[in-house]
Order: sequence, then C-alpha cells, then structure tokens
Amino acid sequence: MIGLEALYTIAGLMFAAFALFNLTDRTNPRRVVNFAFWMIYAATFLFGAMLPHFVTGCLAITLALTAGSGKLGRGKTEERRATALERRDVGAPRLGNRLFLPALLIPAVTLAGTFALKHASFIDTKSVTLISLVLGTLVAFGVALVMLRDSPVHGLREARYTMDAVGWAAILPQMLAALGALFAVAGVGGVVSGLVTTWMPVDSPIAIVVAYTVGMALFTMIMGNAFAAFPVMTAGIGLPLIVHQFHGNPAILGAIGMLSGFCGTLMTPMAANFNIVPAALLELKDKNGVIKAQWPTALLLLVVNTVLMAVLVFRY
Amino acid sequence: MLVLIGVAIVVIGFALRFNALLVVTVAGLATGLAGGLNLVDIVSAFGKAFTENRYMGLIWLTLPVIALLERNGLKEQARRMIGRVRAATAGRVLMLYFVIRQVTAAVGLTSLGGHAQMVRPLIAPMAEAAAANRHGELPEAVRQQIRANASAVDNIAVFFGEDIFIAIQSILLIKGFLEQNGIIVEPLQVSVWAIPTAIAALLIHCTRLALFDRRLARNFATPVHKDSR
Repeated sequence: MIGLEALYTIAGLMFAAFALFNLTDRTNPRRVVNFAFWMIYAATFLFGAMLPHFVTGCLAITLALTAGSGKLGRGKTEERRATALERRDVGAPRLGNRLFLPALLIPAVTLAGTFALKHASFIDTKSVTLISLVLGTLVAFGVALVMLRDSPVHGLREARYTMDAVGWAAILPQMLAALGALFAVAGVGGVVSGLVTTWMPVDSPIAIVVAYTVGMALFTMIMGNAFAAFPVMTAGIGLPLIVHQFHGNPAILGAIGMLSGFCGTLMTPMAANFNIVPAALLELKDKNGVIKAQWPTALLLLVVNTVLMAVLVFRY
Repeated sequence: MLVLIGVAIVVIGFALRFNALLVVTVAGLATGLAGGLNLVDIVSAFGKAFTENRYMGLIWLTLPVIALLERNGLKEQARRMIGRVRAATAGRVLMLYFVIRQVTAAVGLTSLGGHAQMVRPLIAPMAEAAAANRHGELPEAVRQQIRANASAVDNIAVFFGEDIFIAIQSILLIKGFLEQNGIIVEPLQVSVWAIPTAIAALLIHCTRLALFDRRLARNFATPVHKDSR
C-alpha cells in the first residue's frame, strides 16, 4: 500500500541529492556544513519511522544548532545566472504559453487525485491529498522533462539553489510543531486559560466578546496555530461565559472565534509555513515581509470579527 | 506559571531577532524542563513531533519542477503574457487572484493554489511584470514589496474562504469540539457564519491593493504608450 512513508522516501532522496550537490560546490567555503545539514534532514525523512524518537530528536536539535550558529553558507551564483539567462530567452519564445502547462498540472492532478483516489484500495486513503500532491509533482516533472528536453539533474541542481536560499526556514514549521507538542505536555494552555478567566470582567457581554476574539488572535500568535488556540480559549471563555451565562449561539461563536484566530495567524512569525517559508521562497530580504503586508488587513478583520460576534452571537 | 517561560522566550527571542529555529528549540527545552520532564523525554518529544510532521516538508518536492520551468523561462513568459494585457496593474492582478483563490477555497478546492505551486512561479512574476510595464524598471525594494503582497493575498484569500466549505478541517474541529461539550451543531450551521467575514476580507484587502496601485502610480511616473493618448 502506498502511504506517507513512500512520499517521505522520495522527499528524503531529494534532500540527499541537495546535500550532495552542496558538497561538490567549490564556490561555497562552508559546503561541508551545508552537506551535513541537508543530509541529516534527509535522514529524518528516510529513516524517521525506524529511528527511536530520541535519536530523531537529537538530529532535529543538531539541525537547529547548526542553523542557529549561522554556519550555513551559500555558493556563488553569478556565473550560473548568466548561463541560465541565455537559456531562458531561448526557451520562453519557443514554447510560449505551453510553459505554464506543467506548473498548472501540479494543482490539477492534486485536485483530480483527491477525488479519484478516495476509494482506491492500493493507497492509504487518510493521506489522499498529500499523495495526490506528490503524484501531481511527479507527473509535472515528467511532462516538463519531455517538453523541455531537459535533464532531471538540472532540475535538482537548480532547485538546490532555491533550497539553500530557504535554508533553515524549511525546518521551522516542524520545530514549531514540536514546540506545540511540548506546550501541550507541559499544560501551557490550561495555565493561559486560567489566567484569562481570573482577569475577566464577567458581567459585561460585550467585554467578554472582545476578550474572546482578541484572546483568540493573541493566543494564536503565541502558538502559531489557531487550531491550538481554539479549544483553550473556547473552553476558558467562549463556552462558560458567552454560551452558558449569556446564552450566545455556539455555532456563531465557533465560526467567528476561529476566524479571529486566523487574524492572529497572519501576524505572527510562529505561523512559519504561512509567513516565513513564503518569504524565503520568494527570496525576500526581510523575513517578516509577508507579515508586514498582512497586518493591516488582519487587524481590520479582527475588528470586523469582534463587531460581527457582538451583534450576531446573542441574537440568533 | 513557570511553564509560561517558553512563551516568554519566544516573544523575547523573536523581538531581539535571534535565529527563529534556535529560539523555538530553546523555548521547547525550557518548557519541557519547567513542566517537570527529564531531558530524554523532552528530546524524544521533539523527535516524535518532528517525525509526525514530516508531511510539512513534502511541499519542497515541487521545487525541482519549478526550478526546471524557471530555467526555461517560466517567469519571462509570465511577464510576456501579462504585457499583452493593457489594463493589468500589480494590484489588479493580485485582486483577480484573490477572488479566484477565495471562491475556489469556499467550494473546497484549497489545493488550487499555494506559495510554492502558484505564487512563486506565476502570480508574483505576473504582478511584478504588470507593475514594470506601467512604471518602468522598479527599485528592488518595491519589487520585494510586490512579491510579499502576492504571498499575503494567497494567505488571506484562503484563510477567509475555506471556512465557508463544510468539510474543511477547521469546521470539523469546531463541530468536534462543541460535540465533546455536549452541543450538537451541523457543519453547515457553522460555515454560513464564515460568510460575513469572507466578504469583509474581500472588500478590505482589495481596497488595500487598489491603494497600493495608487501609491505606485504616485511614486513612479507612467511611461506614455504611443497609441494610448
């Protein structure tokens, strides 16, 4: 049966290839550090299911220390760019808009696969979206190779430069998930909701609504994830005060509460896969560039959500 | 109270702009210690979460495809295509993507988009090219701002579109949580209440994009087209 482990093997092999390309890059004086970094990351993908969690944990912390020490280097890319530019100006006119085809195949196959493979017996149906995404990527890669008459080695080697530009930000979402897990084990959520409820003015419904929506946004900013904040804030304020004491509508509470959390997601570097990874992917100098483009909309929407909640939740 | 030390480390660490990966790791270690775990358990917790969340790294598999296409002129073609559309501006390109992304997310097609699949190869180059066609070569700082805006559109449109769909993870989480607390709601009852905020998000963000266009027009002269007077 095809499941997540098969996908992780493919990804692991790709990271291993990135590591090897780094090792042979003589323009990078720290190529050995880069090699070690991507090789360790590759190992967590290839052997993650077999290794004891303690060993994987040591590997993850090694990655963090390597990145944190600022020892990751970058190869020089000027020469590569000059030769690459030539090819671009030849390729684009020849193929025209057909160049878009492989790029659009990724979402198209992902979508088709999500529906078509839902009941297939040879795959793990729990992970059907991810399997479809990887399938779409492989199909697109194959079509691109045939259409462009290019070699897969070129694709991997070029991708390695982007991966090095992304660097440690690639690992951040997984480390944040680990932090979230430790928060959960240590009971951070309970302490926060305890603090919130002791400081709450419990007699004014409007004040409680404000505390709930703003609290959702703030706690999401700390956790980096509205899904982690939602149960804590809703159990602490939403249900006991808004629903039980003031008879608010729980469906409205849940919907708008979650959306208030999303406003927080837009404003925090802790939501790395939405905010920090794209900044790296688009080669922004400012890692907080995406957050800076988002925060005015996020704050206005938090006000909108608070007003909507105050108007709607007690009425329906 | 002591377990909140991790939260404090995160806030201070990010404020002082230390390496985020390092900050998060230290915060995790400190939280674990404050919570009374021993070091082996903490490191194991790291390993367990790291392993279980490997799916987050699968997005990088799209890089070789995109690298191959970019090597063969994908961005240049995106520019050429947008150059043929006289009415295109950076703001309008992003507004159109916002609407498409939000509407498709609202009917459950959240995978039709994303930073690696759509924004980096297609949307960001189109927005940049539309601005360059209007205002000539732009300074690097402005081009970075346009790219940041492209990513922001993807996030905002999907966040405030997907909750209208009844089978999305967050709606199921809300339903599940309320159920655990003895309140039964249908997914549709929850998801309709995401519609007002979705409309507000559309209006607010598209207004901001229009203002962004205005700012570009004010700061950078528009080259006059020969046949457009």
